[in-house]
Amino acid sequence: MEVYVCIGSSCHLKGSYDIINVFKQQIAQQQIEDKVNLNASFCLGHCQNGVTIKIDDRIVTGLNAENAAEVFQKEVVEGLKKS
Amino acid sequence: METTERSFDTNVQLLKYKVIKGVVEHFDKGTLESAYRDIPLAIAPGPKPTMRCCVYKERAVITERVRMAMGGDRENPNAVEVIRIACDECTVNRYHVGSACRGCIAHRCEHACPTGAISVHDGKAHIDQEKCVECGRCATACPYSAIMKYTRPCENACKIKAISMHRDNSAKIDNDKCIACGACVYQCPFGAIVDKSFVLDALTMMRDSENNAKYRVYAVVAPSISSQFSYAKTGQVVTGLKKLGFHSVVEAALGADMVAYDEAAELVEKGFLTSSCCPAFVAYVKSAFPDLADHISHNPSPMEAVARFIKRTDPTAKCIFVGPCTAKKMEFRQEACTGIDCVITFEELQALFDVRGVTVEHLEESVLDNASYYGRIFARSGGLSDAVAQALEEHGITKERFQANPIACDGIEECRTALFKARKNMLPNNFIEGMACIGGCIGGAACITHGPKDKSEVNKYGQLAKEKTILDAIAVTRI
Repeated sequence: MEVYVCIGSSCHLKGSYDIINVFKQQIAQQQIEDKVNLNASFCLGHCQNGVTIKIDDRIVTGLNAENAAEVFQKEVVEGLKKS
Repeated sequence: METTERSFDTNVQLLKYKVIKGVVEHFDKGTLESAYRDIPLAIAPGPKPTMRCCVYKERAVITERVRMAMGGDRENPNAVEVIRIACDECTVNRYHVGSACRGCIAHRCEHACPTGAISVHDGKAHIDQEKCVECGRCATACPYSAIMKYTRPCENACKIKAISMHRDNSAKIDNDKCIACGACVYQCPFGAIVDKSFVLDALTMMRDSENNAKYRVYAVVAPSISSQFSYAKTGQVVTGLKKLGFHSVVEAALGADMVAYDEAAELVEKGFLTSSCCPAFVAYVKSAFPDLADHISHNPSPMEAVARFIKRTDPTAKCIFVGPCTAKKMEFRQEACTGIDCVITFEELQALFDVRGVTVEHLEESVLDNASYYGRIFARSGGLSDAVAQALEEHGITKERFQANPIACDGIEECRTALFKARKNMLPNNFIEGMACIGGCIGGAACITHGPKDKSEVNKYGQLAKEKTILDAIAVTRI
């Protein structure tokens, strides 16, 4: 699974790096390094609503440091189970 | 229309801007084939000439400017070319007797001249230019300071002596020496030396992306942008770039953060280093000090570093650098430059905005924030040295272990002095920050304006960065 975290200016200011850190932590804790490929991306085109991520071809917006772990669980981990 | 008359430092820049605008208009209308005919007529409608002896010469010169705006001589690797018919062939004679000469009795000038080139008759000293060897002793000897030294503006601007004269007295650039810094471009009062434009390449790249659907086009902007477009906020310029069709705008300063961090480690490892950020400085070391070329940092320039990173995140991306620099137009065409696909200048960006009716001063502001304070201050002389010192600290390298002793060379003459000393092992410093333009990139030849406030603008812009340390800024590049 390819996970992109937007690091464009707008998301950067809203804390992209915090999200990246949370995701990295989660990936390590859940030992899914071989299943999830974490990448950065400049501007995913949703600059208004918190940090944006892209999971394969799906956009998820509105991330912040508080909800990042939850979103990871719901979108990434659950997504992995389905596939 | 208010937006058609922009404030440039000189009318030569304004003329270049008008030509670029004309070319972009023709590109947009799909009528490039008639650009050579229409643009000269539009700029010099006649019947009276405003710049040259006659309107026909004006049009002939503008035709050459159109050629340069459309890419110039593609075979010529140099980014800077002379428009020979535009060269006014300023006098080549160095020493002239001016009106202050009183035709005195002492004739110190005549006695000082080692070649007998001076004679005094008709109440005035005369120099036989055939005999004159340009030693300047007459000028020193004259108590009235009536003998003047005269240097062509282009030769005077070119501190590395890459400009000489053709037999017909037009200026000639030695491509083996030229570092494409653009000092002559900015200084020639007739605009006879021009940086060729790749604006058509940039426009074609954007058009063929089909609104960033086939591939995405990124603008990599130089931090000196903060001292340009003084009539608008940087955030408005960013919105303007997106309106032109760029997918995303990224700071070259993030590349500067990356470079500073890696360069600091390289400095510790090698013990002595020269910077690799300024392509004109790098070209100068390679051509004039080949024995020191091994000491040039192996890091890419910030422009190139960030473009490579963009392509890592988006492999089909196209990256266009927007900056103040003519030498970048040379750098991006070198084989080693794999990140950046095209370079345009602030002057050219202004023309693009105005053709497309993008009045940046009326736009909403977008944010531009990828880099740290240190990456951003690369735009001014001394910034790189500060950044490397900071990076050493962030590497956890103590002063006991390694003491950085940088010298910030402001302009190519200071670079030369430092390089000479380094060659003779007489340089006390272990890091040479080489910037070919005075003031650093904010003094770049293709800046719209050059002013004393530019440095403080860059510092202010630096302080606005969210990330205060280099590591925080580059963290995103190290997932």
